[in-house]
This record gives sequence, structure tokens and C-alpha cells, in this order.
Amino acid sequence: MVMIVVAFVSFSLFNFVGDPINNMVGEETSDEERDQIREDLGLNDAVHVQFLRFTGNALKGNFGISYQLRRPVSELIAERLPATLELVIISAIIALVSGTLLGVYTGINRKGFLSDVILAISLLGVSLPTFVIGILFIYLFAVILGVLPSFGRGEVVDLGFWSTGFLTLSGLKAIILPSVTLSLFQMTYIIRLVRAEMMEILQTDYIKFARARGINEKSIHYKHALKNGLIPVITIAGINIGTLIAFSIITETVFQWPGMGFLFIQAVKFVDIPIMSAYLVFIAFVFVMINFIVDILYYFIDPRIRVKSEAVSG
Amino acid sequence: MSFLKIKNLSVDYKMRRETINAAKNVNIDVSKGEILGLVGESGSGKSTVGNAIINLIDEPGRVSNGSIVLDGIDIHADAENIVKYRGKKIGLIFQDPQTSLNPILTIGDQLIETIQAHLNLSANDAKNKAINLLKEVGIKDAETRFNNYPHQFSGGMRQRVVISLALCCEPELLIADEPTTALDVSIQSQILDLIKKLTKERNLAVILITHDMGVIAETTDRVAVMKNGDLVEIGPTKELLTKPKEIYTKSLVSSVPPTNKKISRFKIIEKENKKQSDTNIKILNRWVKKEISDKDLVKVESLSKTFDDSFFTESSKNSVMAVNDVSFSIKEGQSFGLVGESGSGKSTIAKMIVNLFKPSSGDIYFNDVCITKIKSNKEMLKFRKQIQMIFQDPYSSLNGRLKVKDIVSEPIKLHNPSVTSKDLDDYIYDLLESVELTQQSAERYPHEFSGGQRQRISIARALATQPRLLVCDEPTSALDVSIQAQILNLLKDLQEQLNLTILFISHDLPVVRQMCDRIAVLKNGKLCEISNTEDLFIKPKHDYTKELLKLMPKIESIYN
Amino acid sequence: MDSQRLTLLSRIKDSDIYFSFIKSPTAIVSSVILVIIFFCSFFVEFVAPFNPFDPSSLSLMEAFTPPSWSEKGMAKYILGTDGQGRDMLSTILYGSRISLIVGFSAILFSLLLGVTLGLTAGYFGGKYEMIVMRLTDVQLTVPSILMALLVDGIARGIISRELHDEMAIYVLIFAIGISEWPQFARVSRAATLVEKNKDYVSASTIIGVSNILIMFKHILPNIMRPVLVIGTIGLALAIIAESTLSFLGVGVPPTTPSLGTLIRIGNDFLFSGEWWITFFPAIFLVLLAFSINLLGDWMRDTLNPKLN
Repeated sequence: MVMIVVAFVSFSLFNFVGDPINNMVGEETSDEERDQIREDLGLNDAVHVQFLRFTGNALKGNFGISYQLRRPVSELIAERLPATLELVIISAIIALVSGTLLGVYTGINRKGFLSDVILAISLLGVSLPTFVIGILFIYLFAVILGVLPSFGRGEVVDLGFWSTGFLTLSGLKAIILPSVTLSLFQMTYIIRLVRAEMMEILQTDYIKFARARGINEKSIHYKHALKNGLIPVITIAGINIGTLIAFSIITETVFQWPGMGFLFIQAVKFVDIPIMSAYLVFIAFVFVMINFIVDILYYFIDPRIRVKSEAVSG
Repeated sequence: MSFLKIKNLSVDYKMRRETINAAKNVNIDVSKGEILGLVGESGSGKSTVGNAIINLIDEPGRVSNGSIVLDGIDIHADAENIVKYRGKKIGLIFQDPQTSLNPILTIGDQLIETIQAHLNLSANDAKNKAINLLKEVGIKDAETRFNNYPHQFSGGMRQRVVISLALCCEPELLIADEPTTALDVSIQSQILDLIKKLTKERNLAVILITHDMGVIAETTDRVAVMKNGDLVEIGPTKELLTKPKEIYTKSLVSSVPPTNKKISRFKIIEKENKKQSDTNIKILNRWVKKEISDKDLVKVESLSKTFDDSFFTESSKNSVMAVNDVSFSIKEGQSFGLVGESGSGKSTIAKMIVNLFKPSSGDIYFNDVCITKIKSNKEMLKFRKQIQMIFQDPYSSLNGRLKVKDIVSEPIKLHNPSVTSKDLDDYIYDLLESVELTQQSAERYPHEFSGGQRQRISIARALATQPRLLVCDEPTSALDVSIQAQILNLLKDLQEQLNLTILFISHDLPVVRQMCDRIAVLKNGKLCEISNTEDLFIKPKHDYTKELLKLMPKIESIYN
Repeated sequence: MDSQRLTLLSRIKDSDIYFSFIKSPTAIVSSVILVIIFFCSFFVEFVAPFNPFDPSSLSLMEAFTPPSWSEKGMAKYILGTDGQGRDMLSTILYGSRISLIVGFSAILFSLLLGVTLGLTAGYFGGKYEMIVMRLTDVQLTVPSILMALLVDGIARGIISRELHDEMAIYVLIFAIGISEWPQFARVSRAATLVEKNKDYVSASTIIGVSNILIMFKHILPNIMRPVLVIGTIGLALAIIAESTLSFLGVGVPPTTPSLGTLIRIGNDFLFSGEWWITFFPAIFLVLLAFSINLLGDWMRDTLNPKLN
């Protein structure tokens, strides 16, 4: 469903924003030549034929040729994809793990000093734009201390289909600042959500009833409350990864990280429609996959969903 | 020697402006094998006492004084130690079985966890014990049900699971906080019987917290009455209910609608005994009074309503027949009762009559006009004016953002746009005084009023359009008995003076007996029988009616 | 009249919100900071020591002056000057005005759009509700920054380059606004569903009040609390989004710099040691967003009794 909508949007982008011909050819091209190109590209066909062709090409990974860089978009994306994915995955792990841990801690210890400090910092984190964090980190660690690199991926090892920065020291060093920067905003967000969720659950009747039965606090917190509290975290984690990909645009710009976001922002500036629509389709694909995984996880974790569907099928 | 001794218990809630004493120097004893009833209206502190015993009071409350001595040991002496007693020595049951169980753990998990928390048993032994417990509380097929999740049980079954959880470590004291309030009458009696049976078999000491005098009369051995945190009176149930000593207890007992006879008004005993108001209904001179006649004002013909259940289950095949082929008629000036348990379709019928829902099939005639076929809003407005409704929950039925004046004036202005502001004010004041509220109330907001007063505002709003039919959907079931008595008196007076026709919907048979001339009994959307009130109570025809009458808790049972 | 006003005042004084405000130092401090920032930004012509956009006030001789307390600082430039000799403090205040205007307009736009859609969807239900909520879901999965970038990209494609600089601020408001509305739609729909099932709405229907009136007179005031909380937090998000877009170079043009633009310009001087050119606008931006978030956080705690 979502994929179709997005495919259509990116198709419209491709076709109706400005004149693709204008973007492709120079000023001196004659009208006849333009018509010829138009015919060659099939731009004179009916809209639905064009849409089907666009979708078919997209399925094959063919998004046309970048106006600006004059190279096939699929090639550009394949080149940039590893950088972005490595960055996003590292950030997602940092954000989810530390966000959930701190959120649970502050949700359980509502009135402790440490909780107050964590909360104050998390609020500051929500108020710090990602690019400001990046700049501060660069200034602190690269300019003043000079211990970590401020741009690029360092040395990468090419594995044929994938170029990774995980296998070299400089590559690992290079990913520290961008990934922490990227994860910070999301982490603070998760802390606050998990905390609110835990606090709400700890006030429910079944927690009170568990207390009344003499179940010890540890089991109440980690068995009864945490499990219920983690259900919404799964959704958040899904959205979180999507958001991280989007925010990687900023981080990649600040740290000049050679990923897809960097490519996209250049495309927006130069109205490079093929790259924009390809990026959009890619993002949508990631979202759909994430949603799918989240639904499956729900099925395993929440008995209310699982048992009902069993009852219907059997 | 009493098993539990509560000595001088005080509980304080430190609020922003003042400290509220939810319990003041309460002294209660309970022996083994006896059920002590703890009765009181909302805010009396009865639940606070129950929670204080195992030190589970919500913030910002705290036990400020007193001791709880269980079997000769002061269990509050060491705050850390109290955890040991929870579940092991003292079991607790809450009101709402829907929310008392952890939704993502099987009931087996929850039972085993609790058993192993207190008893040194292997996983296998704990499981066997749990299954035996489930059997004991009357759950069939316990071995399979053991692996089920809470949402796979019905309300009554869930409460049985809750009881098994409370009892799984063989506590000697059981505290049941309104254990049957959320359940239907038929289930209620089963749960109460179960509690009685367990008390005898296990020689438990039981504290049963409730607001229902009928439950008290039928279940308890002794009863303690609380009001505003004070213990008013305590004694053997029979003695206390038949010969109450304190004025408050007397008024409480007299407010309970009797189940065995019809009385004209409820006696209201208050300390500041207002002179029995000569029911000063000021709007009378504005009212276009209809003569009581033999004509049918409302006629309902084979009414059905199907709700598409697809919203809940995602499979469109399931649909619920909420109302199934129901017909009845109400005469002008009559008061007609619609009785049934939850899911009987009584509220759905009410909502179709006031045109909130459209019936799936069947017709409703009002004054010989078929109102279900009206399409135009303008046409409908004429009937909206004549049919008004009073709702169950006085807290959700008034818009908290509007002043009482604006709430009551809205229908007047809508149906008479040319009204002058002087007339409007006079009318509002008359309406408010007719429901025994002061003129000053007009300038206030709903949250400044109590539940009973809010219900009066609701009545004033309903009367503002001068309706001929007043639909009352459980108008007093959210109120305390003493307030209920006042509101029912008011409704009776209004009906007599204004010749109103009333459709009265309730699950509470004694109340219906006091209010209605004719009664229809509903079950699962179907009509069981329609009779004149006294006939229905004295010689019921339908089996279901007989069962309902047998099971309803009767305060008079104390005389037997 | 006078007595009525008095009672209103005493009602406010009596209310729990006022009480909790007085009891919360963070709420007081953050609102004082916000009032000062708002005042200085909107009356910037009278408050700022220089007008950085007046060519006569520029002097390239005094470019890159560090803040006044450092060794080479000049007293008249408290926070130093930038690469064109503009006073940093004045530039920041002018910049914050742009940021605030964009932030407020964007949030107002998304509030109106979101609440209207959410309220009507919740009230009418059925197919209409399904379509609106589907739309919200799709929109929610697209992160706001990406949405804003896309809108901006499309706008660049449609609008000619010369016109684009002029239109940039409106495009920006639209881009941020369009990415924030689902939050409002969701919250107001959820709140409407709760309110719709309350009996006062049924009572109004039975009296014969029209749907429009029920929605806007009865339900709307009752769902405003969560909407205001979302609005406050959304304002901080909108300001951050604006500065982010400007930082990326797709926001407001450099001729009318916002805080984000200033940070981007200053970023180029970071490595050469002129840290103050990027540092002060960044601090100012964080202070602004932090104060709004503090206030929003306090509002959430106070107006949402569930968590108390």
C-alpha cells in the first residue's frame, strides 16, 4: 500500500516537476531534438503506461541517470549505501540500548538524583539540533583535542559488494563521532518514551495486585512491568531506524560522510530528480520492511494478538 | 480471640491545600471463619482501611497512626517486613477483574510465580497446586485453562482466577474490595457464594468491602459502617441493619430501596433535617401539561439493532444482535421500566428512542408519528424537543468547560431563538430551583458540584425543552444510596406534577420496583416478559425473571 | 464587569495550573527566558545595538573581532563580529526573529490543519476517518526532516530560481508545517474519540445541537490541553527543523539569515579559530529550544493528570 503511494509520488516527481527534458539537455538543443528525446524516453505515452514502466524499472533497480553527475542512479546508490547503513546501524544500537536502559532506570527510580540528572540531560538532548551536536563534537574532539577525525570514513576495506569501515582502525575511529551524534537525539527521545511507559504501567491495577500478592519488587519491575513496557518500544524502534536514516542526511553533511544522505542533499540543491525519487523509493522500502518486522515481533510478544489470530484460524 | 486487630488506624493524604484524614482512629477486629462487612458511601474510607492493612496506600497517603496486629504480631512495626505477609498471610481481591491480571503472562505463570514467591515448592508441585486451586474456585478444564491468557476469560471467570491468585499461598485473612461491583447480578451471587464457601472450608477471616447493603445483608456475619473516615457503628449484621443506633446508619438503611414492597417516597433522614420540602416545582406555571390518557405515547414495533463487529475483530462475518425483535408501548404519563443485565440491549433501545442510533429494522412511533423514518433535521428537531434523556455518569454528561447557566440555556436558546435575556435568566433560575439547586449555581462550573448535584443539573437541562418523554438511563447507579434516594424522589415528584412519561432503564430491580408502573425484562437483546410491576415481582412468568428475582441481594433477607 | 474580571483573576490564582507553575522553578525560569527572547526578537530594531543589514554599519576592518572579554575584543561588539564585520549579537537577534516567525507560522499552520482533520475524523468516523488516519500513518512514517527536504526540492523544481529566494520563507513554513500536522491530527482524533463517547455530547445531540456546533463549541475546548502540549513541543521541533534546513542550505536565503544560516556560515570558520561566529548562534538556538522544551515538559506533567 505505502509502496504504491510512494512509487506514485516519486513517479510524479519525475514527470511533473519541471520539465525533465530541460533538466537533461542544454539550452542550445533544438525543438526537434527535444521531441526526439521525448519520444525516445516514452514521455508521450499515456500516464498509466509511463507509471507502469517507471514501476517496472524501479523494481529492476533502474532509476535513470543523474542529471547532475551523469551516472546511473542505481550505481551511485550502491556505492553510497554501505556508508549510510553502517552509520545507521551503529547509531540505532547505541540509541536503542542506552535509551531503553536509561528509560527503564528513570521510570523505576522516579525521584532519585541520578534520574533527575538523566532527565535534564535528555531534555537538553531533545533541544540540541543534530548539526549543533556535530559541530560541538568536531570542535571538541577534532579541533581542540585532536583525537578523532572530523570528516570522512577513514580507510575502508572493499569486500567486492560492500565496502566496510569496520575492519580498519581509522575506519572505526571515524565512525565514533558521526554515530554518537546521530544517536543522541533519538536516544533522548527513547528515554522519555520508555520512562513514561514504565511509569504508567507501574500504576496499573495488575501491578498493584502483584504487590498485594507479595511478589518482590525486582520481579514486578523486570518481569511484569518491563515486558509490558517493551511492547511500545518495538514500534518506537521501528520508527527510530527510519528517522535515523533521514537524520543521517544532516550528520553526513556535517561530517562529510560519503553516504546516501549526502548524495540526497546535493540532489535537492540541484533539483536532481532521479536521485530524489530513487532515494524516496529506497526510504519507503526500508519503512515497509521495518513495519513488517515490527508486526511480526508484535505477534510473538503480545499474546492478545497471537491468541486471537489462532482462535480465528483454528 | 480475634485474628486481626486494627487499633487506632489513621491514614492521612497530604493534599495541596489541606491534609485529608481518610481514616480516623479506626478500631476493627476480625475473627477466623467470619466475614466482616465494611460498608460506606464513596469517600468514607472503607477501601483505605483495606489497603492500609497491607500497607499499599497510593501516594501521597500514609498511615499516620495505629497498629495492625495479625495473629498477635504487629505487622506494621517493620515496614520492610510487610512484604512477607502480602499474599502469604493476607490475600487481597480488587474490584475490577479486567485490570487485575497482567495481560501478557498466562494465568499459570502468574499463579506459579506467586506460589514460588512464598512457598518452597518445585515447579511441578507449584503447577499441581495451581491447577487444584483453579478447580477449587470453579474453573472447569483447569489443566488447559492453566495456559490461557487473561483476555481469554470472561469477567466472572477472571474474578475466579483473581481469587485463586489471592488464595494460592493459603493466607488466613482475605480482603475483598468490592469484588462483585463490576459483575452482573447472576455472576455476583456465584462469586459471593464462592467466597462464603472458601471462608467456611479454609477457616478464613474475611473483610468484605462494599457499598451494597443487599450484599452485606446476605453475606456478612458482622458489619462496620464508615463515614468520612470515621467508624460510625460496628456490630452483628442482623442487629445493625434492623436496629441501627446511629442516625447515619438509620438513614443509610432507610435509603436502600426495599425489594419486597413499593413505597411512595424514600424517607430521608439527615441531621440538618430540612423541612420536608413541599416540592416547589417552579416551572409548573410555564409548563404545557399533557393530560394523562390511555393513549400510547411511545410504541416500539419489532425493533432490532445489529452492530457490525468487524470493528473489533477484523472479520466482517461476526455481527452482534444487540436488540432482537423487541416490541412494547408506553402510555402517556406512565413510567415504564426496562430491566436487564449488561449486554441485554436496554441502553441500545434507549439510544434508538432518543435517536442517537438508527435501528437496523423495526419502527418507533412517538405520538403516532414514526420517528425512525424522519429524514430532515428540521422535522427531527420537533421531536428532539419532546424526548429528552438523563444519563448514568454525572461526570461525563456535563461539559466541564461551560457554566451551569450555559449548559441549561443551550436547549432553550436552540428551540426558542427569540427568547429575551431576562426571560432566559428567569427560566434558568426556575429550572434550577425546580431541581432543588440555588440560583447561584448558575454561575458555577460543573466540577464544583457533587455527583448528585450534577445529576440535578442534568435533569434541569433535560426539562428545559419541556419534553413529554424523559428517558432515564441508569440515572442513579453511579450514586451513593442516600443520594440515589433523593434523586429518585425528585424524579417521582417531577413526574407527578408535570405528568411526564418516563422510560426508566436499570439493572437494579429494587429501584425499578419503586419507580415504575410497568416493567419489561430483557436478556441478550430479547424481550422476556412485560408485566405490571407488582405482578412481575409477585408472580413472575418467565424463568429468567424468576432467576433474577431469586439472585438479587435482598436487604430483607436479614429477617429470615 | 469589574467583579467578573476579579473572579477570573481569582479563578486563575486558585487553579492547580497556577499553583504548579509557582511551585516549579524550571517553569518560571524558562518562561522568563522565553519572554525576554520573544521581546528582544520582535522589537529587535529597538533592542539591537546595530542593524547588521544596513551597509553603513559594516566595516570590514573590524571583521573577525573576538568577543569583548577576550584580548583583542572591542567593547562595542559584545559577542564579537563575523566575517563581514557585523555585530554578532545584533545578527543573532535578527536571526532569531526569522527563526521564531518561521517556527510559529509553521506550527500554527500544522495545528490548524491537524486539529481540523483530527477533530472531524474522530467525530464523523467511518470511511472519512479511515482515509485521514491512513494519510496520517503514511505521513508519520516519513520523517519530518525528509518531508521538508522533499517539499523544498519540489518547490525548487516548480518555482524559478529568482523567485525562489523571495518565496523561500513561505516554502519553508509550508514544508515544516506539512511535516508536523500528523501529530496534531493523531492527538486530537484520539481526544475526540474519548470526548465523543461522553454523555454530554449525546445530550447535545438529543437537544438538537448541530454537528458543527458540537464539534467546535463542545468538543474543541475539551481537547485543547493535549493539543497545546503538542504545540509547545512542536514549536521547539519546528525551530530546530528550520535551523537544520537553513544549516543544510535549503532554508532561508543568506540575505535574511536565520539562526541556522548563521551557524552554517560560522561553521566554515571553525577550523581557523573564529569559534564565536558559530558558537553564539548555536548557544542561542539551544537556549531557545531548551526553554520551550522545559515549558512543554512542565505543561505535559501538569496538564496530563494520568502521569501524576
